[in-house]
Amino acid sequence: MNDKTSRRDALKCLGMGAGTLFTLSSGVFGAVDLAEAATRGNVGAPLFVQISDSHIGFNKDANPDVTGTLKESIAMVNTLPVQPGFAIHTGDITHLSTAEQFDTAQQILSTLKTSELHAVPGEHDVTDGPGTEFFNRFGKASGGRGYYSFDSQGVHFVALVNVMNFKAGGLGALGDDQLTWLKNDLASRPASQPIVVFAHMPLWTIYEPWGWGTAEALDIAQMLRRFGSVIVLNGHIHQIVQKTEGNITFHTARSTAYPQPQAGVGPGPGPLKVPAGDLGKMLGISSISINRAGKLALTDKTLA
Amino acid sequence: MKFRILALPLLALLAAAPAFADATVTIKNFDYSPMDVTIKAGDTVTWKNLDGEPHTVVSVDGAFRSKALDENDSYSFKFDKPGTYKYICSIHPQMKATITVQ
Repeated sequence: MNDKTSRRDALKCLGMGAGTLFTLSSGVFGAVDLAEAATRGNVGAPLFVQISDSHIGFNKDANPDVTGTLKESIAMVNTLPVQPGFAIHTGDITHLSTAEQFDTAQQILSTLKTSELHAVPGEHDVTDGPGTEFFNRFGKASGGRGYYSFDSQGVHFVALVNVMNFKAGGLGALGDDQLTWLKNDLASRPASQPIVVFAHMPLWTIYEPWGWGTAEALDIAQMLRRFGSVIVLNGHIHQIVQKTEGNITFHTARSTAYPQPQAGVGPGPGPLKVPAGDLGKMLGISSISINRAGKLALTDKTLA
Repeated sequence: MKFRILALPLLALLAAAPAFADATVTIKNFDYSPMDVTIKAGDTVTWKNLDGEPHTVVSVDGAFRSKALDENDSYSFKFDKPGTYKYICSIHPQMKATITVQ
């Protein structure tokens, strides 16, 4: 089964530590060790970096210093030889959606050298229901509704919100209005344009009993199928899982705060306590670049 | 008869306590326990989260909604109207349970 393969691959990535470069060529992803890729010199300027699941306000055993690890993650971005055009945060910026936690997070995120930040909410950011704190701070780009699109260096970016209005026992959901908006947004794009879609919860089904998926996953995949180069990014599960379906690569990011168990291991998707020396190997960011061949390439970097 | 005589002073004592819950639901290991609670109209239910992960108590039909409950946080709601109230955790919607008010 695909999921099992993905999890095995994810473990392989975790074990590599230094990072793995995924190159997209004719719709097929190939994994190359980062050190090897660097010597080949074909890694282009980073288009953007992905930061996820910072959970500012969390203070339990799994990581008593989440502000420290977010700062380390940002330092890692700031020391990249070429600064990315912008950063995205794929949600769970805060742990409990309080104004104080958002203030702390924004202070730290403002130290990014790249000044542009695009953020989508995680369910931890909207526990008040309407997500007032989140949208007051990050909702301007979308007129307060959260989902929007923009273009950068020829790539079309789509930010989606799948953490509002959960149904009992359900997965993440876009809802009818957003799904219609997405269909219209993508309709006018040429199939040759590279597409990057990002949201907080997986936009594909990873593990339904824990809600690791999105109700409209099949509709979304159908809309993206005609494009030649697509990357779909999310956070939420605090570990890397990846799969490729035709020209679409689905990739989940590590957290900057704490790891979570693999799907179905233990009672639920809560913080996973690991030996202190191992934590940095399980936290990190992702960097997406366009290589010299004009293809999207994805690199994961860990804190340690 | 004996039981009634004993119960009356006990009830009077409990009613005087300010935050008395007629039923308590604990949240542990991503489950509400008990999952089905039956109370009388006017009764109060208190939820307490014992998980290290925050949870919420959110009525499916919008009748009540807690803020995010961190470990050992509690939330109470007084049910005045009879009915069946389904609720979920808005952070982990796989968690669901029911309050029945008679």
